[in-house]
Amino acid sequence: MWVWIVCLLTAAPALAEPLCSKEVCDNYGYKVRISIKTALGDKAYEWNESEMFLFRATVAFAMRRYTSDETYNVSDIVVCNKTARVSFWFLVTSPANTAQLVPRGQVEAAVRLSRNRINSAFLLTDQTLQFVGILPTLAPPISYDTPPWLIVFGVVMGVVCAGIITLLLSTLLKRTRSKKNLLETEEEEDRRGSITANGRLCESLREKDPGRGHPDDVHLSKL
Amino acid sequence: MRLTLPNPGLEDRILSHAQLEKLELEEAGERPKWDNKAQYMLTCVGFCVGLGNVWRFPYLCQSHGGGAFMIPFLILLVLEGIPLLHLEFAIGQRLRKSSVGVWRTVSPYMVGVGIASMFVSLLVSLYYNTIIAWVMWYFFNSFQEPLPWSQCPLNENRTGLVSDCARSSPVDYFWYRKTLNVTPAIDETGGLQWWMVLCLIAAWGVLYVCCIRGIETTGKAVYVTSTLPYLVLTIFLIRGLTLKGSVDGIKFLFMPDLAELANPTTWLDAGAQVFYSFSLAFGGLISFSSYNSVHNNCEQDAVIISIINAFTSIFAATVIYTIIGFRATKRFDDCLGGNILTLLNTFDLPETNITVHNYDQVLRDLNATHPNIIQDLNLPTCNLNTFLSEGVEGTGLAFIVFTEAITKMPLSPLWAVLFFIMLFCLGLSSMFGNIEGVLVPLQDLGVFPKSWPKEAISGVTCLVCCCLGLIFVQGSGDYWLALFDSFAGSIPLLIVAFCEMVGVVYIYGVDRFNEDLVFMIGHKPNIFWQATWRVISPLVMLVIFLFYFVTTISKELFYIAWDPESEKFPTLEKKPYPSWIYVIIFILAGIPSLSVPGAAIFMAIRKWRDKAYSGN
Repeated sequence: MWVWIVCLLTAAPALAEPLCSKEVCDNYGYKVRISIKTALGDKAYEWNESEMFLFRATVAFAMRRYTSDETYNVSDIVVCNKTARVSFWFLVTSPANTAQLVPRGQVEAAVRLSRNRINSAFLLTDQTLQFVGILPTLAPPISYDTPPWLIVFGVVMGVVCAGIITLLLSTLLKRTRSKKNLLETEEEEDRRGSITANGRLCESLREKDPGRGHPDDVHLSKL
Repeated sequence: MRLTLPNPGLEDRILSHAQLEKLELEEAGERPKWDNKAQYMLTCVGFCVGLGNVWRFPYLCQSHGGGAFMIPFLILLVLEGIPLLHLEFAIGQRLRKSSVGVWRTVSPYMVGVGIASMFVSLLVSLYYNTIIAWVMWYFFNSFQEPLPWSQCPLNENRTGLVSDCARSSPVDYFWYRKTLNVTPAIDETGGLQWWMVLCLIAAWGVLYVCCIRGIETTGKAVYVTSTLPYLVLTIFLIRGLTLKGSVDGIKFLFMPDLAELANPTTWLDAGAQVFYSFSLAFGGLISFSSYNSVHNNCEQDAVIISIINAFTSIFAATVIYTIIGFRATKRFDDCLGGNILTLLNTFDLPETNITVHNYDQVLRDLNATHPNIIQDLNLPTCNLNTFLSEGVEGTGLAFIVFTEAITKMPLSPLWAVLFFIMLFCLGLSSMFGNIEGVLVPLQDLGVFPKSWPKEAISGVTCLVCCCLGLIFVQGSGDYWLALFDSFAGSIPLLIVAFCEMVGVVYIYGVDRFNEDLVFMIGHKPNIFWQATWRVISPLVMLVIFLFYFVTTISKELFYIAWDPESEKFPTLEKKPYPSWIYVIIFILAGIPSLSVPGAAIFMAIRKWRDKAYSGN
């Protein structure tokens, strides 16, 4: 019994090895590069086996989400060629048959679909958790109903027009007021001219405040 | 030199000192007046301090030996700038007219000088306000996060970035495509760009509001437009100094290279910068000082304004270069970071192995062990000095380099808004002087009927200028602007300035001028003023003019174009002007310059004809 278990254990890695060969990786696998220190600086965490487990789990989740019927497990994600850079290759095997590998196209589509979730699990971005060969998804451009610049332009033009109208109106008002004043002083001059015939009366009139107009004249002329 | 040319009838044309005194005491006369001295000083400072202080002086300073450039700049400031400024202030204050009125009074044959000033002011106003329209466009676009020039837009299928943008940079793309929508050549007009037309209308609208009643409204506006730039520059200085790499920028700017002093171009550029920076020969300063009280101390004003102008140039250069230093350092860090990442990826080394400090060492080691691989990588060399000396001037500095630096600062929209408000105020306060140099001579020449109110005159002028300015908002507008800037605003001004000095010293008479100054400010101008007015300043102007003329005539005329089809894209391509441009150049530079002798000949013919008729 023990001999069988030992044989299986020694045979298992031997069975896994052909998966990590160059041809298999090139045809079915993707290279991943992780740059934790660049992304997080002081808050960087250590990359260890637990993190690797999380990675395999997120890729399995991505595959599940993409296929939505096949139940992928962590064991279906095979990782090879780990380096100190923190870069490695990964392959996905079908849950039904461990010898069958999932084609590259499907893996890419699955990763693309859940890219955001995979990034968030590691607090990384498209550039720092790099799937070599899978282009980062471009964020849709922010579209506005009215471009913001038109709004500011409208405000500025409103202020300018208000200013122009105010200034022109004030000039117009000043003019009509000065024209009215001119007419009033002309009338007063005419009136004074007609009272001059009364001699002394008009001198006492002139000593009074010349700004006072019409009502006083009427009152005095009743005398 | 007691040389004075004969000038009959001068006594009849000018008000005597007694008449001036009487005018002053009775406060009669319809000429507008400044509300207080501060308004006058702020208006003159605003006119002198303009966009050139921000985007021309720092470039000249850095490219002509840094701190060493101060020497020719300050020497020529004292020998050329201050005397001319004092002369314009004094003659305006004494004769109490606009530029056309002043020169017509000095001698009827000199009316061409005033007309030339007016033409130059008109041509410069046209394109200067277009620059303000560009500033307003950027200002309007600064109220969003992220700023529109910080990232490239996506192409139609959303598969990638727009190709022009990807090949150049987001800031280049926003400037050349989204703002100017520039055509590849000056022949192709490209049609009117509607968004720029709107901004142009806004710019002329704002100018109209501020100039609607002449200095009555301008005098209030300058309280804001002349002081705000200093506030913003201070804010930027404080912000800039806290950014990484700012001190490198300042060191680079002011590092003196005394060898540059031997280069005549340095002195020529310093002289030209002093001259253009003071906005001399536009006629605006003469107009402004004619509204002063007759006993105003114009000598003191000239010295104070010159000092303020020089200080502002140096201050603005410092601020600009803190930000440029920050940008260069950012670019250097990005370049280095990119190289380090490439090495890490190629050799699969852990991230901490290569840092900024041991990059050179590691690169050398790797080159020794794997030279072929390193060669295949084609790593760009990252040199901070190269990035710092990507010195740009003019619109390139404001709309490309500085906007890029702003996108890398936290709270970018705030800095963008502040920066463009500052440029707007700088430009607008200079426009006040330009428009003054157009409006008042037009009134003096009697172009408008006397019954028209001031508001109508300024309205019609602004409307006509706005319509003419539509040339600059076409697709090829930027090339036209560069053309106007090189030819309309350069040679004619030098001619006018030279004629002004000769006119005052030799035709009006320096003795009479000295007596006027004794009457106005109480003492005779000392030997410094006498020497500079009579000999030194005219000589400096003549030398600069000759150099400019010779270099302009002899050099090949070309313009730089943004052509996505060209091979060297994104570098701008040098293209030769088409042959019909020479007609335009002649109109721009020739008509103002030729109006000086032209008007003199015209007046002479008229006088000869009148004499001939009266003789019969």
